[in-house]
Amino acid sequence: MSDVKQIVHNLTNQYGKSVESLLPILQNIMEINHVITEEAMIEVARELDISAAEVFGTATFYSFLNTSKPYGKYIIRVCKTITCMMHGKNQIIEEIELMLKIKPGETTHDRLFTLLETNCLGQCHQGPAMLINDTPYTQLTPSKVRDIINSYLVLEVSNY
Amino acid sequence: MATKHLMRLDLIFKNERDTADILKKVMTKSNNDIINELISSGLKGRGGAGFPTGLKWKLTADEVSDEKYIICNADEGEPGTFKDREILVRVPDKVWTGMAACAKIIGAKEGFIYLRGEYDFLKKELLKSIDEFHLLLDELNFPFRINIFSGSGAYICGEESALFESMQGDRGEPRNKPPFPTQKGYRNKPTVINNVETLAHTYSIFKYGVDIFRDLGVQDSRGSKVFSVSGDTPIPGIYELEFGMTLQRFVEDFGDGDAKAVQVGGASGFCVPRKKFEKTIIGYQGKLTGTSLPTGGSMMIFNSSRSMYNVLHNYLEFFVEESCGQCTPCRVGTQQLLLGIEKVKRGELPSGYLDKLLDLAETMRITAKCGLGQSVANSFSSIVENFKEEMIY
Ligand SMILES: Cc1cc2nc3c(=O)[nH]c(=O)nc-3n(C[C@H](O)[C@H](O)[C@H](O)COP(=O)(O)O)c2cc1C
Ligand code: SF4
Repeated sequence: MSDVKQIVHNLTNQYGKSVESLLPILQNIMEINHVITEEAMIEVARELDISAAEVFGTATFYSFLNTSKPYGKYIIRVCKTITCMMHGKNQIIEEIELMLKIKPGETTHDRLFTLLETNCLGQCHQGPAMLINDTPYTQLTPSKVRDIINSYLVLEVSNY
Repeated sequence: MATKHLMRLDLIFKNERDTADILKKVMTKSNNDIINELISSGLKGRGGAGFPTGLKWKLTADEVSDEKYIICNADEGEPGTFKDREILVRVPDKVWTGMAACAKIIGAKEGFIYLRGEYDFLKKELLKSIDEFHLLLDELNFPFRINIFSGSGAYICGEESALFESMQGDRGEPRNKPPFPTQKGYRNKPTVINNVETLAHTYSIFKYGVDIFRDLGVQDSRGSKVFSVSGDTPIPGIYELEFGMTLQRFVEDFGDGDAKAVQVGGASGFCVPRKKFEKTIIGYQGKLTGTSLPTGGSMMIFNSSRSMYNVLHNYLEFFVEESCGQCTPCRVGTQQLLLGIEKVKRGELPSGYLDKLLDLAETMRITAKCGLGQSVANSFSSIVENFKEEMIY
């Protein structure tokens, strides 16, 4: 069994084979692989006994699910809604672009970071704000964001 | 933080660790008594539409079905609101108690919290709190379980029928209404869906009694409301205030002295310019609270240094991205509104074109399938009409 097949198989065992498990299964594939490939979608369809088109429809609807090129291990989502914008979101994006040499929508060559912009994170009272995977960071400044990203880099180095 | 004019209340966030007592009190009351209490309290849904909560529970209780559900809407995607998260972090038990009370009345065995993907970091603590709450339910021999369902970054899934679709594994595309959730909701079974704050208020009513709640606010808008205050304010944050205040009072307390507009209700709400602050009252009455106006509590303050064109542009980009694309007026309409204001701004189209765009927005209000497309006109018209020069020059 290929890796993807194994992952899907384990997830359907965990969440059950009803179509109501579809979103949780897709969310987990995303967390493990940082992408939901065509192979994965077909496999999910087979396991849940629904059409691949249905899986594709759901997978492409949600902004947190990615069916194109694989995202990096750390997905940075910077809030672009009005109050974060008013409080300097653009400087935050520029700082990240400068540091990681990627633009919004792109992934670093080492597949460590993907930079995205996202709609309201619900942190408007302490903007600018961003998520790195599930973790929120607020009241960002360019130097603060530099420290945060460095802490992820340090973590990676120490993991080797 | 002290506020000059408006009284800050402390009902929702007051934590007296008396969940077990309140839960027991509720469980020993008759269903009719609870429903009557809620109805006479005047509590209306805090998620936007302002539907009377007691009536919603009663309608669902009256349906005959083997399965029913209570769902707590924690999708909180409206730009400028962040109060539901604060409630879930600080007083989650109150929300669970509201859900259990509803379950008792309607006859549900299972309830769900639809938690937006952006709030996944809360999940661990919430599950812990739910586990503890389940123990209380077991002590009372009440067979009810709460689960969390995570969203995946789609604002439209806050719309109740899109939320059910999402939980059922489908694209979050709103359904036609009727049937309403009270008749056919999750899994096509009778379902109560309530906002996080609405459920927390039921706890205050159970605890303090109907009168304390009813005495707050004004006619038709009873009780307190949790507001999310952001933008140009020295004191951004979450505030529990009484319904019925004028925007003038609000701005005097929260503005930076230079407020030129307040956006009430987020991107799908209304923009109120300075000259109308005095006449605008926050509550379910009057123009500000037409049936589709989300009074979710988002209050964004803009001072005179801000371009209202940029504000509107930002909202329209939001709607273009978050429209589910299911119906043409909204899918195409949002895109055309955005393109339209860009072209007028660049001088490629005459300023009179704005009138055409205003007509388009009104057409969307009538023809779009759900509240998203219908409410684009709220912010569009109120910003364009009140700040026309800023749209052109
Ligand atoms: C586009 C759209 C988004 C919505 N998002 C939310 C939301 O995030 N949270 C919420 O409680 N209600 C939201 N609503 C309102 C719900 O459809 C529903 O009316 C509400 O959850 C009912 O709860 P209540 O009666 O306690 O207010 C939204 C409505 C629309 C049209
Ligand atoms: S109004 Fe917009 S969001 Fe609502 S159903 Fe139509 S396309 Fe979807």
